[in-house]
Amino acid sequence: MTTVPIDNIRNFSIVAHIDHGKSTLADRLIQITGGLQDREMVEQVLDSMDIERERGITIKAQTVRLNYHANDGKDYILNLMDTPGHVDFAYEVSRSLAACEGSLLVVDASQGVEAQTLANVYAALDSNHEVVPILNKVDLPAAEVAKVKQQIEDVIGLDASNAVEISAKTGLNVPAVLEAIVTRLPPPKGDRDAPLKALLVDSWYDVYLGVVVLVRIIDGVMKKNMRIRMMRTNATYDVDRVGFFTPKLTQAEELGPGEIGFLTGSIKEVADTRVGDTLTDDRKPTAEALPGFRPAIPVVFCGLFPVDANDFETLRAAMGKLRLNDASFSFEMETSAALGFGFRAGFLGLLHLEIIQERLEREFNLNLIATAPSVIYKMKLTNGKEIEIHNPVDMPDPVQIEEIQEPWIEATIMTPDEYLGSVLKLCQDRRGVQKELTYVGARAMVKYELPLNEVVFDFYDRLKSVSKGYASFDYHLTDFRVADLVKMQILVNADPVDALSMLVHRTRAEARGRAMVEKLKELIPPHMFQVPIQAAIGGKVIARETVRALRKDVTAKCYGGDISRKRKLLDKQKEGKKKMRQYGKVEIPQEAFIAALKVDV
Amino acid sequence: MPDILQNNSVEKNDFGVYVHWPFCLSKCPYCDFNSHVRHQAIDETRFVKAFETELATTAARIGARTVSTIFFGGGTPSLMQPATVGTILDAIGKHWNVSPTVEVTLEANPTSVEATRFKGYRAAGVNRVSLGVQALNDAQLKSLGRMHTAQEALDAIAIARSAFDRYSFDLIYARPGQTEAEWREELARAISEAAEHLSLYQLTIEDGTPFAALHAAGKLAIPDPELARILYDVTQEVTAAHGLPSYEISNHARIGAESRHNLIYWRYHEYAGVGPGAHGRLLIDGTRHATSTERRPESWLMRVEAGGDGLVEDESLTREEMSDEFLLMGLRLAEGIDTARYAALSGRSLEGARIAALAGVGFVEETADGRLRVTRTGFPILDAVVADLAA
Repeated sequence: MTTVPIDNIRNFSIVAHIDHGKSTLADRLIQITGGLQDREMVEQVLDSMDIERERGITIKAQTVRLNYHANDGKDYILNLMDTPGHVDFAYEVSRSLAACEGSLLVVDASQGVEAQTLANVYAALDSNHEVVPILNKVDLPAAEVAKVKQQIEDVIGLDASNAVEISAKTGLNVPAVLEAIVTRLPPPKGDRDAPLKALLVDSWYDVYLGVVVLVRIIDGVMKKNMRIRMMRTNATYDVDRVGFFTPKLTQAEELGPGEIGFLTGSIKEVADTRVGDTLTDDRKPTAEALPGFRPAIPVVFCGLFPVDANDFETLRAAMGKLRLNDASFSFEMETSAALGFGFRAGFLGLLHLEIIQERLEREFNLNLIATAPSVIYKMKLTNGKEIEIHNPVDMPDPVQIEEIQEPWIEATIMTPDEYLGSVLKLCQDRRGVQKELTYVGARAMVKYELPLNEVVFDFYDRLKSVSKGYASFDYHLTDFRVADLVKMQILVNADPVDALSMLVHRTRAEARGRAMVEKLKELIPPHMFQVPIQAAIGGKVIARETVRALRKDVTAKCYGGDISRKRKLLDKQKEGKKKMRQYGKVEIPQEAFIAALKVDV
Repeated sequence: MPDILQNNSVEKNDFGVYVHWPFCLSKCPYCDFNSHVRHQAIDETRFVKAFETELATTAARIGARTVSTIFFGGGTPSLMQPATVGTILDAIGKHWNVSPTVEVTLEANPTSVEATRFKGYRAAGVNRVSLGVQALNDAQLKSLGRMHTAQEALDAIAIARSAFDRYSFDLIYARPGQTEAEWREELARAISEAAEHLSLYQLTIEDGTPFAALHAAGKLAIPDPELARILYDVTQEVTAAHGLPSYEISNHARIGAESRHNLIYWRYHEYAGVGPGAHGRLLIDGTRHATSTERRPESWLMRVEAGGDGLVEDESLTREEMSDEFLLMGLRLAEGIDTARYAALSGRSLEGARIAALAGVGFVEETADGRLRVTRTGFPILDAVVADLAA
C-alpha cells in the first residue's frame, strides 16, 4: 500500500446531541469519499447494533477511514471516530477524543445547543482539540442560523463566524466539511523511527476474528507478526493482522504514526485488554507509557431477574456475552425471596441500564424484571468500620450505622423557557440545590446539585414529560454527602418483599411508600383472604392499603355442556398463576412488581 | 392407561342421555344457551328422524349401556309435540337398556299453552319437569324478557304438580336493583310453591348477550360482589331452614330428590349428548371422550343426514383434563369428591399442603371416608378454591 505522509492524516470525532444529525453526516462523508457503494449504504452505517439504529444513538465508538482527494490536489486519510452522545457513555467519549486531534461540533440549526453537547464539546476542548462548528439542518424552515451561531459563541465560547452550514440529509454543502477537516484541523504528530507506542482505544469480540483491538498509533510502526506488549498488564501477544475499517474491514501491512486501525492476534478475551493501555514492541519497548484513562465505574445498580425462573442459566450466559464487549457493566449473582435467582448488576447510568436490559431481552429472548435502581452509599458504622453498599438488602441494622453518605451530582439542564417552571419544580422536589440559572435566547440553562438517588429513580422520564421532550440533561458526579436516609420496606401480608425495599430520604419516604402501596393494591388481585400491604421504616408503618378478600366468585350454572368451557377457563387461570410470584400465601403478578418500582412521586 | 380403565370399570358408572331441542319463541336477553328463534314452521318430523339417527350412531359407537336418566333441554323442549318426545324416548329404549327407575326430565316454559301439553309428555314417558319460572313478579319477568306472567307461571306449577311425580322450577336472583328484603320475600313464596326441588341462579352477565351490551354501556347495574354474597348467603340460610338445602351451588332439594341427571355431570359419570350443540362425555375403549355437535340446527340436521352424527368435536381427554373436569364439577356438590378417584384419574394426589391451607381458613374440609368437600364459606368463592387446588 502507499504510505501517506503523516501531514496528510486527519483524525477527528463528531460531537453532537442525539438527533442532531451526527450519524447522518457520517453516512454522507462515507458516501462522498466512496467508502461504500450506494447499494451498500444502510442508514446510520456506523451504528451497527439494532438498538443504536432504532434509538438513533451511538453506544460503542466506531471508526472509519476515508480517502479524500482535496482541493489542494493532495490525497488525505481522514479517520472518523464516531462517539456516543449520551452522558452515560462519557467514558467512551473521552477515549475517542484522546485518539483524535480535532472535532466537528454538529448543532441542529433548528434546535440549538443541548446539555449533552456542552459536556462533550468541553471534553473535546479539554483534550486540546481544534473544533469546527457545523450547523446542520439549515434547510429546515425552523432553522435559525444566526441565533444558533450566537448561542455557540455565548454558551461555548467558540468562534462560529466560519461555521459550515449544511444539510446532512440532502448532502447540501457536505463537501465543505471535508475541506474544513483538511484545512482547519491539525495533522497528528509522531515519530516513525521511535519505538512503537500505541493507545488501546477499544476492543470487542468478533465471532470470526476473535478479539479485535482498536488502536491509535502515536509513535513507531505496528506490523503483522510482531510481538506486542501491553504495558499495564505486561502481557505479550503475537499480532496476526493489522488494518482499518472503510467501514469494511481492510487488512494492511502496517499501521504508522498518526493512524487509527485495528489488530487481531493471540488475545483470548476482551477482558485481557484494558482500554487506555499502551501497546509497545516487546523487543524494543518504549520508555514511557501513555497516561491512560480513568476506568469507568458503575454508578447505578439494580437486580435483574428472569420472569421465568428456568431462564436463569440463559440470563447468566447472556450477561457473560454482553460483558465481553462492555467491560463497564458488572454483575454478581443475587437471590431474592420474591424474584428467585438473578443478578445484581452495575451500570454507567440509567440509559446504560436500559440498553443492557433491552439487549438482554431482545438479543437473547429473555423476559426480565429489574428492581429499583440504586446508587452506592458509604456507611460509617458505630464500630468504626466504613462500608459501601448498593443493595438495600445489605443495609446493616440502623443502630449500627453512625452516618450514611450518598453521591451527589451536578446536573446541567437546558430547556425552552416555557417549561422552566416545571423543570425547577422537579429539581426542587428531588432535593435539588440550584446553582446557576442563565438564559440564552428563549432557552434557559440551569445547573443543579442533586442527590444521584433521586435522579436514578425516574428523573429523566419525568424531565422529558414535564418539558414535552424539549429539555436536555447532563450530569457528572461531584461528591458524597451525609444524608438522612432510611430503609423502606414493603410488606405484603406482613411479609417484607425484599425486591421492593429501597433506601430513600426520610422526607420522601412517606410519599414514595404511599404511592407504592396504592399501586400494589391496584394490581394484586383479590385473594380468598384479605391482603394488607404496608410500607414501613423499621417497625413503623408509614402507609397501608388492603386488598379486600374475594366475596363472590362462583359460576352459577355448570352443566354437561359447560364443562369444556370451564376447563379451558381453568387452564387460563393456571397459566396466569404461573406468571405470578408466590409470596407467602399471596400471589403477586409480575406487572405489580414492575409498576410498584416505577411509581412516580 | 390401564389403571384408568380399571378404575372406571369398577366404579359405579351411571349413564345419562341429554337431548337438545334448540328452538325458542323468543330469545331472553340474559341467555347464552344454544337457542334459536325461527319464524317459519319447524319440520319436527325431519328433526325427529335426525335425533333417531344420531342416537343409533352413538349407540353403535359406545355399545351396551343402562340408561339411568334422560334430559330434554334447550332451547325450549316444551315446544315439541308430545309425540316427538315419545319417538325419541322409544329410540333410546331401542338401543340401550333403560333402567326401570329411569328419571326423564323435560324443561318447560310456564306458559298456559305449554301447560296444555304436560299430560301428553307424561303419557310419552316424561316423569319430571323443570319449569323456567325465573321470577315471581311481572315487572321483573318483563325485564328478563320472559313471555309469561307470574300468575301464568303459578298456574303452570299447579298443572305440573298434578301431571308429574316430580317437578322443579328455576328462579334468577341478584337481578338489577333487587334488594335483600325483596329476595327474601320472593324466595319464601317460591319455597311455598316448591315440592322437592328448586334451582336458584344468580344472574350472570354472559358475553355476547343483550344484557352484556347493556352492562358494558352502564345501563344495567347488577349487585356488587358484596350484595351478591349477602343474597347468596340468604338463599342458603332460607332454603336450608325449609328443608331444601343446597346439594349443589345453585340447586336445592329434599334429601333424595336431587336431579339425578345433573348429578351425572357433577359426579363426572358418563353421558351422551344428541341434538344441535349437545355435549357428551363418553367412555370408549377405556378413554373418556369429550364430544360436541354442530350448534346451528339446520347445519346439524344436514350433517346427521349425511354422516349419521353431528359431531364437530371428539377428543380423548388427557389425565390432567379429566382430573380438572372431575374437580371443577365434583366440588360444586355438597357431598364433595372422592380423593381416591381424583388420584386414579390424574395419576397424582391433590397437594396435601394446599388442602391443609384451604382447610386452615375453613374453605374445605376432609371427611373420615376420604372425601374432600367445600364448606358453606368456601362455596361463594368456589372458582378461586378450585383454581388453587388445580394449580
